[in-house]
Amino acid sequence: MGIRFILLVNKQGQTRLAQYYEYLTLEERRALEGEIVRKCLARTEQQCSFVEHRTYKVVYRRYASLFFLVGVDNDENELAILEFIHLLVETMDRHFGNVCELDIMFHLEKAHFMLEEMVMNGYIVETNKSNILAPIHLMDKAS
Amino acid sequence: MALSGMRGLSVFISDVRNCQNKEQERQRVDKELGNIRTRFKNEKGLTPYEKKKYVWKMLYIYMLGYDVDFGHMEAVSLISAPKYPEKQVGYIVTSCLLNENHDFLRLVINTVRNDIIGRNETFQCLALTMVGNIGGREFAESLAPDVQKLLISSSCRPLVRKKAALCLLRLYRKNSDVVNVDGWSDRMAQLLDERDIGVLTSVMSLLVALVANNHDAYWSCLPKCVKILERLARSQDVPPEYTYYGIPSPWLQVKTMRALQYFPTIEDPNTRRSLFEVLQRILMGTDVVKNVNKNNASHAVLFEALALVMHLDAEKEMMSQCVALLGKFIAVREPNIRYLGLENMTRMLMVTDVQESIKRHQAQIITSLKDPDISIRRRALDLLYGMCDVTNAKDIVEELLQYLSTADFVMREELALKAAILAEKFAPDLSWYVDVILQLIDKAGDFVSDDIWYRVVQFVTNNEDLQPYAAAKAREFLDKPAVHETMVKVSSYLLGEYSHLLARRPGFSPKEIFAMINDKLPTVSTSTVPLILSTYAKILMHTQPPDPELQDQIWTIFNKYESFIDVEIQQRAVEYFALSRKGAALMDILAEMPKFPERQSALLKRAEDTEVDTAEQSAIKMRTQQQTSNALVVTDQPPANGPLSVGLVKMPSMQHANDTNLADQELIHANGAMVLMDPQPAPVAAPPSADLLGDLLSPLAIEGPTAASVSSEQNLMPGLESGPDAVGALALTTVEEQSNSVQPIGNITERFNALCLKDSGVLYEDPYIQIGIKAEWHAHHGRFVLFLGNKNTSPLASVQAVLLPPSHLKMELSLVPEIIPPRAQVQCPLELVNLRASREVAVLDLSYKFSTAMVNVKLRLPAVLNKFLQPISVTAEEFFPQWRSLSGPPLKLQEVVRGVKPMSLPDMVSLFNSLHLAVSPGLDPNTNNLVASTTFFSETTRAMLCLIRVETDPSDRTQLRMTIASGDPTLTFELKEFIKEHLVSIPVASGPPLPAQPPSQPAVSNASFTDPGAILAGLL
Repeated sequence: MGIRFILLVNKQGQTRLAQYYEYLTLEERRALEGEIVRKCLARTEQQCSFVEHRTYKVVYRRYASLFFLVGVDNDENELAILEFIHLLVETMDRHFGNVCELDIMFHLEKAHFMLEEMVMNGYIVETNKSNILAPIHLMDKAS
Repeated sequence: MALSGMRGLSVFISDVRNCQNKEQERQRVDKELGNIRTRFKNEKGLTPYEKKKYVWKMLYIYMLGYDVDFGHMEAVSLISAPKYPEKQVGYIVTSCLLNENHDFLRLVINTVRNDIIGRNETFQCLALTMVGNIGGREFAESLAPDVQKLLISSSCRPLVRKKAALCLLRLYRKNSDVVNVDGWSDRMAQLLDERDIGVLTSVMSLLVALVANNHDAYWSCLPKCVKILERLARSQDVPPEYTYYGIPSPWLQVKTMRALQYFPTIEDPNTRRSLFEVLQRILMGTDVVKNVNKNNASHAVLFEALALVMHLDAEKEMMSQCVALLGKFIAVREPNIRYLGLENMTRMLMVTDVQESIKRHQAQIITSLKDPDISIRRRALDLLYGMCDVTNAKDIVEELLQYLSTADFVMREELALKAAILAEKFAPDLSWYVDVILQLIDKAGDFVSDDIWYRVVQFVTNNEDLQPYAAAKAREFLDKPAVHETMVKVSSYLLGEYSHLLARRPGFSPKEIFAMINDKLPTVSTSTVPLILSTYAKILMHTQPPDPELQDQIWTIFNKYESFIDVEIQQRAVEYFALSRKGAALMDILAEMPKFPERQSALLKRAEDTEVDTAEQSAIKMRTQQQTSNALVVTDQPPANGPLSVGLVKMPSMQHANDTNLADQELIHANGAMVLMDPQPAPVAAPPSADLLGDLLSPLAIEGPTAASVSSEQNLMPGLESGPDAVGALALTTVEEQSNSVQPIGNITERFNALCLKDSGVLYEDPYIQIGIKAEWHAHHGRFVLFLGNKNTSPLASVQAVLLPPSHLKMELSLVPEIIPPRAQVQCPLELVNLRASREVAVLDLSYKFSTAMVNVKLRLPAVLNKFLQPISVTAEEFFPQWRSLSGPPLKLQEVVRGVKPMSLPDMVSLFNSLHLAVSPGLDPNTNNLVASTTFFSETTRAMLCLIRVETDPSDRTQLRMTIASGDPTLTFELKEFIKEHLVSIPVASGPPLPAQPPSQPAVSNASFTDPGAILAGLL
């Protein structure tokens, strides 16, 4: 199965968004997040965007202070996932306008709504930004 | 503000953010959790808005890594809220906090279903997403039809259908029965005609899952996938919103090509041509551009196209084009492309005919082994490992050795293991192999597992030509200033065994070797000391005539260790000391080690175990399976000019051993290292999985005493008494048994079938044990006696027999002794009572240990239905009233049986007789028919008369009609099925299961591949 988790973590290692598509206990999550964040933070710009960790391959991308980490299993197309991260960021950008860590932090629910429209059970469900954002726009209009 | 007015949530988040340290954060979180808990307690006072706010806070706290063990109910209950904002929160937070096994989920199945089948699209989407994320089996069973309906409904909008597709995928994973292949494959093909890219993206994921399970059923989807790919490649009808940096949905392109990789081939020439056109265009037309995102996206498509081309086994030209492309990639500056180039090259190794072209890039790959990025280094290592063969092994292994000194700690063990395996598999000559392993130990002793050095010892022992060389090398490495303990182990072992071959060379006199090893003795751990003591004993033995000075030195050391705290060391010291004063006995006992039986390398096994992590390794695995170890084969044949077996030729005269007194013999046997003289036991039985030298070193010392204690009662050292002839014969068996797994002698199934019809015979036999069985039957009571016979001259240990009785048999097995002495037979009575009619079979789970080999077999016991039948002849006057009184089902059952093994009527009569069914000739006026009767005994039915009538068709012997009657419905049914089983021919391997196959034994049909008994037993 494709994507197993999506994590947004800042440079200090604080989790800003976590979505798992397989069940892990809280302890397992904490350990996993700690380990892979440490691994990814230690890497330089000249290194590739893929890190092998346990049975996962982590595809990650850094935007300013924020790391986007996507854990996939071994038969996922790495570059497609890498660009999927960028699509997520562009979608957030479109909604928030120049998205930053604080936007995601204080609008946790919106970040979740977006992800919910983009990924289901580890599979990509939509890549059209207007479609992804449609439910949020509806909500905003209603309130 | 934008936060839909949840001010409390913002305040909380910024409070947490302002915390100076973890402790403060914890306090703030605890306070909030307390607050939420109190508010949830009197739920009535909560507005939906407040509930929503608190649930989000919970999710936030959970994300921070704090346990939230309450409030799940509140989150779940929001799903039932009538308004969208609350419902949405309920669904999303539920799928974040809970998993499919949570009880609360059951409470909302109905609500979820109502949302799914309701008219409200937004509710449908929420419900489908949650079920798609965390739905379990129960959801699968109750919701699948509704979800399928939505997916194929023409009135449903794409936004609902795309979610329905992935929701169905989840439900299918939970219970594959929810998708009925027959009807669904056409639906899938229709779904692929869809225009909406969002729906196609989801449907394609669903297709991948379905095709991965059963590509045959979905072949009609194949041309549709190619069409989609063509559409995207030509940018036909792709809305701009689905175009990513000018590339039509790269994600759908990738997914579609992935789906195509699950079909084994493409047969239709037109489809194939179209696909290759698209692929060719991708391969040729992907240029490197400045924009990173565009570049990534186009290369995502390119790499997937490469994978598909490899899968389709394209023409040679296209393949070499792929390799050339990958060769370019592994040299570019962009690290992602380098990484993927290496990864895909490794995958490509699976394709035949490209290895040579990949080898051209060897230099570049070796450069990647020094890449600053560990992810890339790992890929390079895997690729080098996979591409290694006889022609380049020397270069690659030398590179690996060189890299070992600078490699990351996390990679060293893997690196060492891989170097060792390659050296073993592809060694151009064995001395090079020895060099590599010794260098490996020298450079990375900490990362060289015991398996690796065991293996080198095994090779040297089995190859006489190699022995002097190995001893010389061992000395050279031992002479270095800082020597790793593993080096001490392997060197002192090799020197003890073989340094005498070089005794005339300068530096190789026993004294010098001893001095050199003795230098290391104070520095080694207790696990190495016993080894060194053995080496000393060997040195003593090889020093002829004895050198009193050396003898004194060694004896002093033995004396020193005689009271050592470690038992193993103490025992060796005592025994070697005693032995070394026996002169001749020492010679015999410490003679050179016999050859090892050939086995699969435990290293390869280990490599397979450690390589579960990455996908490429499946490629490596496949290759390792293709190429059996060359080095192993080399040693398989004894050198043509050399003696047949080292053990045999160097065996000192047996007379000596017989001369020595009894106490000595016991001592000899008690010490593990000594058992060597007993020519057959350990090596013969070792299974392929056994540790390499496991039987060479420690384990024997452990098992020695058991062997001694048992054999001393029975037959003292049978190996020695039987004299040299026996030794010769046994040495031959060693050679013969190189297939080296415990194979049963004779067919277990046939033996069982035979025993179903008679009451004594052999149930099971292998090289070590024979199990005979004898049965007595008396009404519903039965008694078996199992005869367990040890066929060998050493004991079988850890004998265990566990009964797995079916529910209709009450069974009691008397105690089975744990050890069966050599050449002895033990009897184990087994009592049983039949409770009712059933065709289930009792299974005996038997295991025993021979040397280091654990053998386990599951044997069906012939306590079958006919054993409780007693034939009884009836007259027409007795038969017909009974027959008429038992009218119709369930007491009287009739069935037309097809697929009967054709047999003549007399043959059928004798079959019935052997099943304890008495045929009464002449009862039926039609001579093609057969009437039989019998009495069945069980505790519930006591004695019960059963009547059978068979009507055969002389023109078609493969079918007949059978009618069975008895006073018990279960008995009637079981007896009918039982007779049917005996009438119907057993399907041949790969044949389809016969319709007449009884439902309760589905295993039987596939079982003919191996052994139905074993498989059946496995099911039990």
